[in-house]
Amino acid sequence: MKAIETNGLTKFYGRARGIENVDLTVEEGEIFGFIGPNGAGKSTTIRTLLGLIKKSGGSASVLGMDIEKDKERILKEVGYLPSEASFYGGMRVKEVLEFSAKLRKKDCREEAKRLSERLGLELDRKVGELSLGNRKKVGIVAAMQHKPRLYILDEPTSGLDPLIQREFFALLRERNEEGATVFLSSHVLSEIGRYCTRAGILREGRLIKEDSVDNLTGTGVKRVTLHGADRLPEIDGMRDVNICASGMSFLYSGRADALVKALAGLSFEDITLTDPDIEDVFMHYYEREGE
Amino acid sequence: MTLFFHELKRDRIKLIVWTAAIAFMLCLSILIYPQMTSQMSEMGDMFAEMGGFSQAFNMDKINFGEFSGYFAVECGNVLGLGGAFFAALLGISALAKEERERTAEFLLTHPVSRSYVVSRKLAAVIAEVLILNIAVALASFLASLAIGEKIGTKLFFSVFLGYLLMQTEIACVMFGLSAFIKGNGLGIGLGAAFVLYFMNILANLTDEAEFLRYITPFSYADGTAIVANGGIEAKYLIPGAAFTLIGIAAAFIKYNRKDIRA
Repeated sequence: MKAIETNGLTKFYGRARGIENVDLTVEEGEIFGFIGPNGAGKSTTIRTLLGLIKKSGGSASVLGMDIEKDKERILKEVGYLPSEASFYGGMRVKEVLEFSAKLRKKDCREEAKRLSERLGLELDRKVGELSLGNRKKVGIVAAMQHKPRLYILDEPTSGLDPLIQREFFALLRERNEEGATVFLSSHVLSEIGRYCTRAGILREGRLIKEDSVDNLTGTGVKRVTLHGADRLPEIDGMRDVNICASGMSFLYSGRADALVKALAGLSFEDITLTDPDIEDVFMHYYEREGE
Repeated sequence: MTLFFHELKRDRIKLIVWTAAIAFMLCLSILIYPQMTSQMSEMGDMFAEMGGFSQAFNMDKINFGEFSGYFAVECGNVLGLGGAFFAALLGISALAKEERERTAEFLLTHPVSRSYVVSRKLAAVIAEVLILNIAVALASFLASLAIGEKIGTKLFFSVFLGYLLMQTEIACVMFGLSAFIKGNGLGIGLGAAFVLYFMNILANLTDEAEFLRYITPFSYADGTAIVANGGIEAKYLIPGAAFTLIGIAAAFIKYNRKDIRA
């Protein structure tokens, strides 16, 4: 079954574009990364899927259920972490988590305790006094304590220190191994590259690419770094040029023999050809689609 | 019941403070009555001669020498205005506060329908209005016992029922409005309660403004009018009930369609 499937999903806020004709497929059991800069429509997509905002067009289903007709049934199976988690100021962490569990008609006390211990979250603190990172932890526990089938996480690691980030992804991996699907949006591309099996790239409200992370990073694009070079080769298919004191690097997509010919007339001390990391891939698609 | 009790818990300090303040003021007014009775007959004459001013507050129709008349005026001042403000503030913030405090996203991504949220919040608002009025009625009953005065049971109930219905109407209309706004509706709430209060004063002053009585709930909840007429005037209750239902319906319809923006 598909964990998430959208067909031509569109959302306009009045005249302002949210997302347009998004066709997205997330298989059950995968960790899917949703990439795009701020304002690309990642949160709009997520909020439409969760019924917080009404779609303007297209259709979408989550875990095989229609996002409008079966909203409550979907929310029962989903754990959602918003990018900026806010809770009722006067309540203690423990009370917020209990309230969340009660709304789900579940007893999650043990799981909440276990998760809080792993993330270093104090249950007796007042949520109004928490730092951004600790508030995020409350959001994580609230999203995970009922052991949902699908995790929808919007910028999950912002505000978390690196150690907690690692613990958080370890928790996600465990849940994923138990069969849960993870859908996470991020603009931290290394995160997507490290943890996700597949990814989609969103640009100005449109999904411009959706593929496995392996395929995305193996698109025939290479990062060429020339150490000690004084000028760039004249060749088509060159983009994302970086020039620094030790030399220059660029992304190249095209035939290797053409590159070798173009390099022949240049003077440089050393050359490295590497597969692009996910940030390079992102720039590759982003700039190409923008042309 | 989870959300209902959650709401009561969130509002508990607001409820306690408003209830205590209104009960305290009303009891104080009642407790000083014995000292004032000696001057009452003169005051009654004075108010009767003040024309427009007395008319505005219906004081020309009241016998100040009697406790029921005094009680009605004081009730109108304290519970009438205070209760209206409380109900307005409660209603206007009920739905909007989730977006203002950015908790709407948390609440609405649980498996609950928008109608569930609206109905439980509405129930909590009405329950809080009810709690305030019962507490204030009880306190003023005890205070009148303490000074050895009594107003007829029917009149006592009519006065408090009038104020309860008025506050319920204001709360429900503001509740409906609450579904449309995102920010802090404090100004709207207080402003609306004030305007409705002055509509009744205006209607008391001139017959040309008589139609305002069908708009403002202060017309049927006017303590002095209730004492003077011996009960609530039903003809003003009908538009009041209509406004109440419109407020509730608007809340359900709008909130079910509303986009919750981040």
